[in-house]
Amino acid sequence: MLARWDVMLALFVGSIGGVMIGAIPGVGPAVAIAILLPATFSLDPIVGLTMLLGIYGSSMYGGAIPAVLINTPGTAVNALTSYDGYPMTQRGEAHRAVSLAYSASFWGGIFGILCLILLSPLLALIAPMFGSREIFLAALLGIILVILAHRGQIFAAGMLAMFGIFLQTVGLDAVTYTQRYTFGFSFLSSGINLIVVVLGLFALSQAFFLLTGPDTSPDAKPVTGRMSAGIKELMGHKRVASVAAGFGVILGMIPGTGEFTAQFMSYTYAQKTSETPEAFGKGAPEGLVASEAANNAVPAAAMIPLLALGIPGEALTAMMLSVFYVHNVIPGPQLFQNNIDLVYGLYFALIALNVIVFVFLLFSTNLMTRIIRVPTRFLGVMILLLSFVGVYSLRNSLTDCMIAAGFGVLGLILKRLNLPIVPIILGMVLGGIMEVKLRSALPRLKTPWDMIDRPIAFILFVMILLVLLLHLRTLFKEIRAPHEGADHDLHDSQQR
Amino acid sequence: MSRVKTLQSLFKRYRRPGDIVFAWVALLVSLYLLSQIMDQTSWRNGDKLFAQPRFWPAVSLVGMVCFAALHLLGSALSERIHGRWQEVGLWLAAFEFAGWFIAYAVAVPYAGYLPSTIICAILLCWRMDYRSRKVLGAAALAALIIVVLFKSFLQVKLPSGLVYEVLPDGLRQFMLTYF
Repeated sequence: MLARWDVMLALFVGSIGGVMIGAIPGVGPAVAIAILLPATFSLDPIVGLTMLLGIYGSSMYGGAIPAVLINTPGTAVNALTSYDGYPMTQRGEAHRAVSLAYSASFWGGIFGILCLILLSPLLALIAPMFGSREIFLAALLGIILVILAHRGQIFAAGMLAMFGIFLQTVGLDAVTYTQRYTFGFSFLSSGINLIVVVLGLFALSQAFFLLTGPDTSPDAKPVTGRMSAGIKELMGHKRVASVAAGFGVILGMIPGTGEFTAQFMSYTYAQKTSETPEAFGKGAPEGLVASEAANNAVPAAAMIPLLALGIPGEALTAMMLSVFYVHNVIPGPQLFQNNIDLVYGLYFALIALNVIVFVFLLFSTNLMTRIIRVPTRFLGVMILLLSFVGVYSLRNSLTDCMIAAGFGVLGLILKRLNLPIVPIILGMVLGGIMEVKLRSALPRLKTPWDMIDRPIAFILFVMILLVLLLHLRTLFKEIRAPHEGADHDLHDSQQR
Repeated sequence: MSRVKTLQSLFKRYRRPGDIVFAWVALLVSLYLLSQIMDQTSWRNGDKLFAQPRFWPAVSLVGMVCFAALHLLGSALSERIHGRWQEVGLWLAAFEFAGWFIAYAVAVPYAGYLPSTIICAILLCWRMDYRSRKVLGAAALAALIIVVLFKSFLQVKLPSGLVYEVLPDGLRQFMLTYF
């Protein structure tokens, strides 16, 4: 499947493009995938899929470069990389930090894919056990985790997730053929398109964010030295790299947690088990390894619930779900039974993109340092122009452009307030799944208990209860021993 | 008094300027949408509650109202950071760029994708206080690359401009297909 020139070209363009996009602070993979998604409609499904997969899997490699060199993460998930990467640059070890970040990323990426491949037979076995009610419960668990994962912003995340669920109900109900919240406007009858919302919230909002902000042009100095030196040094941090990648795989599989939690847990582990914990945050190589290995293991792991159940765990996999749907590939239990060739094709595409990116970065770091210097407002102009391609090419509709512009302003407000955007997208995707699956499960349910009378459904139900109880326990602990209110944002919730 | 303190510590969080304005607007919009549920959705006799077309809008809007109210409460109980109306002014400033985007979308079917993109790139760069020929030239070049990549190479479905109709036969067909 991959041995086609157009697929290889798409993978190559996607991988290299993803690194460049990741390296530019203020763009990020979400913006790039949102813009390019409609542009791939005219391509062969496997070509479009591999190109966007390339961007998804490679952007974090690029994001490490500005994190290390100018203390500005290229993507939000490279935030912890800057903690130790930038101090290393300050003491003249930029080359060491960058090469170590590449090696750790490569290790994390390959580790994640190997886990995905090894888990495949198990997934193929379990996936068919997921019927409508199991998928409904898994989606419900996903929504709950997405809300609870936004610690310190749970009410806002809940409100925005509910807003997302509401958005997917707007339009003509496909089962009962009744209008819902169209207010008499014919353009709302077909519903609010997920891609239009994604483009507004991620791409246009970023353009508005950059255009309304001050103009800056980061100054990244060129890096000299052999980039392959990091491979040798990584061998000295095998334990940290492996545990961090393990965290990335486990947390990547759980909807709503993803790279942030994986990074923080692996960083904390690395610090606690280090012989020099006081060096963390001041340029500890182990901290850098923990952060990069963890966040690069996540993309492959996040594909597990997406491919096996059709349930995305975060914004990028939600977009990848749209990519699959657009190209007539329906992720879910049947995928492993009917289309296993495609699944293995995607695994090998993931391996290939990691190799391409790693080799590319060994020779092109200084090209990346030039890309980083693009002035932010100029970047905003370009994102605005590119967003038009994404929105208008969907249906050549001016109304779509207006809706996207509206969501762009909403996205800007959320970014300025540091409120999360992701719950809206996941609310739309998971809300749609929940509605459809609950309806199709209903004819077989005589009593509410029938919902959980199968083993997987029961396990999912217990997991939902456990998650809620654990959260309540944490809440009560906080009430009993209240710490002084946080005087800073708990985390940067934006998908840059 | 201790109960008030407990309530405060439970809801207190870091908030940025303008948070309470957003919280109020979110609550009012949620309440308005919920108030319209009888008009904007229907109820089908004989169907189960979970299968009603009204069920999911109701669940999501009740959830929105509850979470929005709690978010507002949290905002009201947290320490205020000055600069609220400046921040709201910045949000409103974003509408200018939303206007640019819509104007660009309106222009393309008439003026053509290539001319509209180049003009929009240069004008918007000018509006952003870029005056050097180097930057304006880079904007025009970037616009050209965008058009060639998406319209000429990827053949993305974008309208051809009415303005191309006045071109000579051979050139018109070429422009309509590739730019």
